[in-house]
Amino acid sequence: MINRFANPARFMRLSAAALPWCSWSSVVVLALGLYLALVVAPPDYQQGEAVRIMYVHVPAAWLALSVYLFIAVASGVALVARHPLAEIAARAAAPIGAGFTFVCLATGSLWGRPMWGTWWVWDARLTSVLVLFFLYLGYIALVNGFDDPVRGGRAGSLLALVGVVNLPIIKFSVDWWNTLHQPASVLRLGAPTIALSMLIPLLVMALGFWLLFVSLLMVRMRTGLNERKALALRLNGVLASRAARTGAESARSPRPALR
Amino acid sequence: MPAVSGVAAYLAMGGYAVFVWPAYGLTFAVLGGLALNSWRRHRRSLRLLEALQQQFGARR
Repeated sequence: MINRFANPARFMRLSAAALPWCSWSSVVVLALGLYLALVVAPPDYQQGEAVRIMYVHVPAAWLALSVYLFIAVASGVALVARHPLAEIAARAAAPIGAGFTFVCLATGSLWGRPMWGTWWVWDARLTSVLVLFFLYLGYIALVNGFDDPVRGGRAGSLLALVGVVNLPIIKFSVDWWNTLHQPASVLRLGAPTIALSMLIPLLVMALGFWLLFVSLLMVRMRTGLNERKALALRLNGVLASRAARTGAESARSPRPALR
Repeated sequence: MPAVSGVAAYLAMGGYAVFVWPAYGLTFAVLGGLALNSWRRHRRSLRLLEALQQQFGARR
């Protein structure tokens, strides 16, 4: 099943068909989400209009965690099943996840200043999300730090898997420790503790962020596959011309595998 | 959104304008930057692939 779905040629076909739909719907959903968040949603009875920061902060945080989980799963598949697409998917997702994490931190800071009276505090939730940001940066630096993409990918996959311990720490930090950050109000056991008039704009924005993530992921994976193909072509060409130069009997180009 | 003096009051965001607008501006600057970067890198990879395919005459 994974093999059928993750065949590179099939992926190129499927993503070419899905990409326009996915990217345009992300634009439409994000526009709708902005309208709901900035115009329709009511001000909070305590926080006033500052609560509108929630509609970018919370979806960014969800995506920051989800994208990391995606990278970790893809890395696991890459390490165990050695599937070429899995590693390309993990690489492609990392800069997007880092972007969402940065947005989460920055908007959280802009929200914290008026509500808590401080831009930053070294408490469990904030610090663990900062660690997540550094994990993303470390992963990106690591996979790009090797001349050989296979070795780089393997090192990055290991880091991504080890970093998974940070995810439950982030999620439950607000329950395990005293923190300025409020506990979960949507993704919790039992019903959400947020009014519907705020929940709907929040979910629309989250859907828009998800669609954007999937669109960018597909674009970046296609880029990654193109680059691998280019690398293989170049290696082939070099080997073939060397064989021709040395007058080897046949330029039977030993085509390197796509990984 | 207070209806008192329309646009100005709306933009003031109940006194939180300096926090709300930068939060949105920054979010969409980062997401837009990611989209632009992804698009450019994709274009570059396509050009590279095309050049190599022409150079080596490979078709696969």
